[in-house]
Amino acid sequence: MEWEVVIGLEIHAQLATRSKIFSAASTAYGAEPNTQACAVDLGLPGVLPVLNGRVVRMAAKFGLATHSSVARRSVFARKNYFYPDLPKGYQISQFELPIVHDGYLDIDMPDGETRRIGITRAHLEEDAGKSLHEDFQGETGIDLNRAGTPLLEIVSEPDMRSAAEAVAYMKKIHALVRYLEICDGNMQEGSFRCDANVSVRPKGQEAFGTRAEIKNINSFRFVERAINYEVERQIEVIEGGGEVVQETRLYDADRDETRSMRSKEEANDYRYFPDPDLLPVELDQAFIDEVEKELPELPDAKRERFMQDFGLSRSDATALTGSRELADYFEQTVAAAGGEGKLCANWVMGEVAGVLNKEGREISASPVSPELLGGMLQRINDGTISGKIAKQVFEAMWNGEGSADDIIEKKGLRQITDSGAIEKIIREVLDASPKQIEQYRAGQEKLLGFFVGQVMKATQGKANPGEVNKLLKKMLAD
Amino acid sequence: MFQKSIPELARGLREGEFSSEELTRGFLDRIGRFDEKLNCVITLTDSAALEAARVADARLKNGDATLLTGIPFLHKDIFCTDGVRTSCGSRMLDNFAAPYDATVTVRLQDAGAVMLGKTNMDEFAMGSSNETSFYGPVKNPWDLQCVPGGSSGGSAAAVAARLAPLATGTDTGGSIRQPAALCGVTGIKPTYGRVSRYGMIAFASSLDQAGPFAASAQDAACMLEVMAGFDPRDSTSIDQPVDAYAGMLDADLSGLTIGLPKEYFGAGLDAGVGAAVQAAIEAYKKLGAQVKEISLPNTSLAVPAYYVVAPAECSSNLSRMDGVRFGYRCEEPKDLEDLYVRSRGEGFGDEVKRRILVGTYALSAGYYDAYYLKAQQVRRLIRDDFVQAFREVDIIMGPTTPGPAFRLGERCDDPVTMYLSDIYTIAVNLAGLPGMSIPAGMVDGLPVGLQLIGDYFAEGRLLNAAHRYQQVTDWHTRLPPGFE
Repeated sequence: MEWEVVIGLEIHAQLATRSKIFSAASTAYGAEPNTQACAVDLGLPGVLPVLNGRVVRMAAKFGLATHSSVARRSVFARKNYFYPDLPKGYQISQFELPIVHDGYLDIDMPDGETRRIGITRAHLEEDAGKSLHEDFQGETGIDLNRAGTPLLEIVSEPDMRSAAEAVAYMKKIHALVRYLEICDGNMQEGSFRCDANVSVRPKGQEAFGTRAEIKNINSFRFVERAINYEVERQIEVIEGGGEVVQETRLYDADRDETRSMRSKEEANDYRYFPDPDLLPVELDQAFIDEVEKELPELPDAKRERFMQDFGLSRSDATALTGSRELADYFEQTVAAAGGEGKLCANWVMGEVAGVLNKEGREISASPVSPELLGGMLQRINDGTISGKIAKQVFEAMWNGEGSADDIIEKKGLRQITDSGAIEKIIREVLDASPKQIEQYRAGQEKLLGFFVGQVMKATQGKANPGEVNKLLKKMLAD
Repeated sequence: MFQKSIPELARGLREGEFSSEELTRGFLDRIGRFDEKLNCVITLTDSAALEAARVADARLKNGDATLLTGIPFLHKDIFCTDGVRTSCGSRMLDNFAAPYDATVTVRLQDAGAVMLGKTNMDEFAMGSSNETSFYGPVKNPWDLQCVPGGSSGGSAAAVAARLAPLATGTDTGGSIRQPAALCGVTGIKPTYGRVSRYGMIAFASSLDQAGPFAASAQDAACMLEVMAGFDPRDSTSIDQPVDAYAGMLDADLSGLTIGLPKEYFGAGLDAGVGAAVQAAIEAYKKLGAQVKEISLPNTSLAVPAYYVVAPAECSSNLSRMDGVRFGYRCEEPKDLEDLYVRSRGEGFGDEVKRRILVGTYALSAGYYDAYYLKAQQVRRLIRDDFVQAFREVDIIMGPTTPGPAFRLGERCDDPVTMYLSDIYTIAVNLAGLPGMSIPAGMVDGLPVGLQLIGDYFAEGRLLNAAHRYQQVTDWHTRLPPGFE
C-alpha cells in the first residue's frame, strides 16, 4: 500500500526579551542555577504576574509577517498540572483566545515547487524551569532560571507531507523570527525547538490517521530523522496488523528512535481557565499599524527584490535571503562593490560561504567584511586583478592582511594591461618556442592555449587574459 | 487610651501626650491580658513593634509623620511580611517566613504604622467562622461561646476587644463585612482593584480585596487612604487617584437615596436583625436620606455562582503549595507522587480540601461550560442588577448577615448552612463593588451589622454615610463586657 504522511509542527520560539514574560528577572542564558529566579518566578505565595509589553509587540510582528490575524483581544489562561519545575502548579499560556491566528507561510521546496503551510495560531506563554537529574545521587535538582522565559508557540496546520517539508517550514520560521528580531534562534540553548505531530494514512484517504506527538526536538537534522523514524514505525505497526495509539513520544538522538512517554489515557486534564491575575490583552488598530511600520523587509519580499534589482536567479535569491545576516552581508557587499550583483552573489555564496562553512563560522563572524569584499570585487571589475588573482587576494584578506588594494600593492598583483609590456613578454615566449609556432601555423590552433599558459606563467598570472589572447592571435598571424 | 479614635491618637502623639512606644506597649499589654481568651493573634511581633514604635517616635519628633505614624495595628496573616511567619491560618505555611513584603504591608510601614502581630483567620481565608484555622478558632469577644465570623475573624475580634485600634482584613465573599458585623466593628471592602493584591496570599483572585477594620468609619477612612492605590505589581489594580476619604466624612446626607433590595429582607432573615436594620434606616431618614425599595433579582444565584468561581480559582491558586519549594513537606516521601499527595493531604485542612475538590471538578474537561462558564455568566447578571440599581439610588443598604454570631461548632458539619451566612455579602464581591459593615444594634447581647453597598469607587460616599450615622448613634463605641 502507498502511504501518505501528515505532519503538523508546534514550534516554540523563545522571545528575545531581556526580562521574563511576567517578572523583571533576567532571561540571560547560562547563569548559575536559581540565580535568575525572583519571587514571581519561584511562585511564592502572594506574588502576581505582570505582562512584559515587549512580548505583545513581538507576537504582533510575527502575526503580521505570516498573513495572520492579530487578535484585538487575547486572553491568558492557566494550564494546570503538577510538576516540580513548574512552580505555580500551572503554566500561564493562551488557550481559547490566542494573540495570533489563521495565517500561512509559503515554503520553497528543492524541486522548485512552492507549498503553502497554514498557521493555525501562535500564542504567548511562559516556559517552565528545568529538572536536573544528574549530579544529585538519586535526587532531582530544580533550576528555575528558565521559569517565566517568554515563548511564542507557533502551531501549524497538518499541511506537511514529508519530513523534508517539515524541515523546510521550520527553517523558514527560523529565518523569519530572526528577520523580525524576536528570537535569537539558538537551537543549542533551546531558544528554538519543536514538537512534531505525525500520522500516516493510505494515499487517497481523507481522514487522518491516529497521530503521535514527538516532543522537544531541537535541531533541523533531528526533526527530519525523528519524523522519518516515526513514519516508518507507524507504517510497520499498521502493516503488521496493529493500530497506532495516540501518545506523546520522545526522540532519542543517540539511538535515533522515538520512545513512548505517555499515552492519551495518562494525559493530564489541564483544566484551562482564564487567569484572573491578568487582564485580557486588548490591541487597537493604531498599535497594529505602528507594529506594521516597524516590520523589516521580509524574506519573500527581499527575494523578489534581489531577483529584480540584481538579476539573480530565484534559487540564488532564495539562498541569499535565507538569513537576514546573509542578505545584509550581500547587500552591503554590492554597495561597496558599486553594483555587480551577480558577481557579488557568486562570491558570497562561493568563496565566503565555503570558507565559513569549513571553519564553522557564522556570517556575522566573517573576518572579511562586506566593505573589504566589495573593495576587492571593484578591482576585478576595473581590471586591476583577474578573478584568479582575486582568490589569492581574498585568502590574504581572510588572514587579516589588509584591504585588497594594500595586498595588491604589497604583493605586486596588479594585472598587466599595458599592451606594450604584454607584447614584450609574448615576444619572449614566442622566441623561446619556435617549434610550437611552426605547428600552430601548420594548423594546430589549440596550441594557442599553450602560448597563453606560457605568458600567464611568465607574468605570474597577472597579465590580462583577454589582452593576451588578442595580442597572441595577432602576433602569431604576423 | 485604647478607646481613642485615630485622629485623637495622632494628636496625642504629636502633642507629646504619649509616645508611640507607650501606645504600643499599651496595646501589647491588652493582647497579653485578653488574647488567651480570644486567640486573635497567631504571631506576636512585640520586639519588632517596639523597635518600629521608637522609629515612629523619631519621625514624629522630626515632623515628617503621617496620620498613621506611631499607630499600632494588627495584620491579617494572609499578607506577606518579610522575615515574619505568614501562615494564612494553615499548617501548610506554618513554617513559611515570607522573604518579601506585600504592597499593603509596605504602604502601612511607609506610613509609620506599627505592626503588633499577625492575626488568626480561616485557613487560606476559606470559612465564615474562623473555625477552619490550623491555630484553633477565634472567640467572639461579645460571647466567648460564639464565633467571630470569618475569614478575618482574628482581626475583627481584636478590634472589637480593642487589642489594636486598627487591623487589616481581606474579603472574598464577605470575609471583612461578616466578621465586622458579628463582632460589632466597622469594616470596609473596597472596589475590586482599589487595594493591591500583591503579597496577599490568593484565595480567589477575581474576588479577593483587602480593607481595614476599625472602631469607626472615621478610623477606617484613615487606614484605607493608606492601603489603597495603584500598584504596578498587580495588573488588576486600578490606576486612579485615591480619594481623601477622611476629608469627605462630614458631607451632608440630605438628598441621598438609599435603596433597600427586597431580596435582602425576605425569609431567612433573623427578626431581631431585621428590626435593627429597619431602625438604622429610620435614623438615615432623619439624617435627610430618602429610601426606595429596589430589586436585585439575581440575588439567589450569588451563592451558587460564588461556590463555583471561588473554588475553581482556589484549586489553581493553591497548587503552588506542593511541598517542593516552601511550606509543609511530609516526612520521608517515597517518590514525587507521594510527596505531593501526603504534603498536600497533611498540610491542608478539610474545608480547603473540599474547595479544591469542588473547584477541580468545576474546571474539568466536560464540566467547564456547565459550571465555570455558567457561573461567569451569572456573575454578569448580578453585576447588571447592581448597575441598574445604581441608576436609581446612591447607596444600597441591608443586613450584613442573616443573623448574629452563631455558636462555635454549630455549623461545622453543615457546609451549606455555613455558606449561607455570606448570602448578603457574596454578590458584592461577584460584582466587584465596595461594601461596608457598621454596628447598628444588638440582638441578645450580640452585635448586628448594617451593610452599605456603593457604586464602583464610591468608598468615600460609603464612609461618609457610615460616619454620619455614627455621629448620631453609639453602637460603634460599645465595648464587649470584660474587655475594659
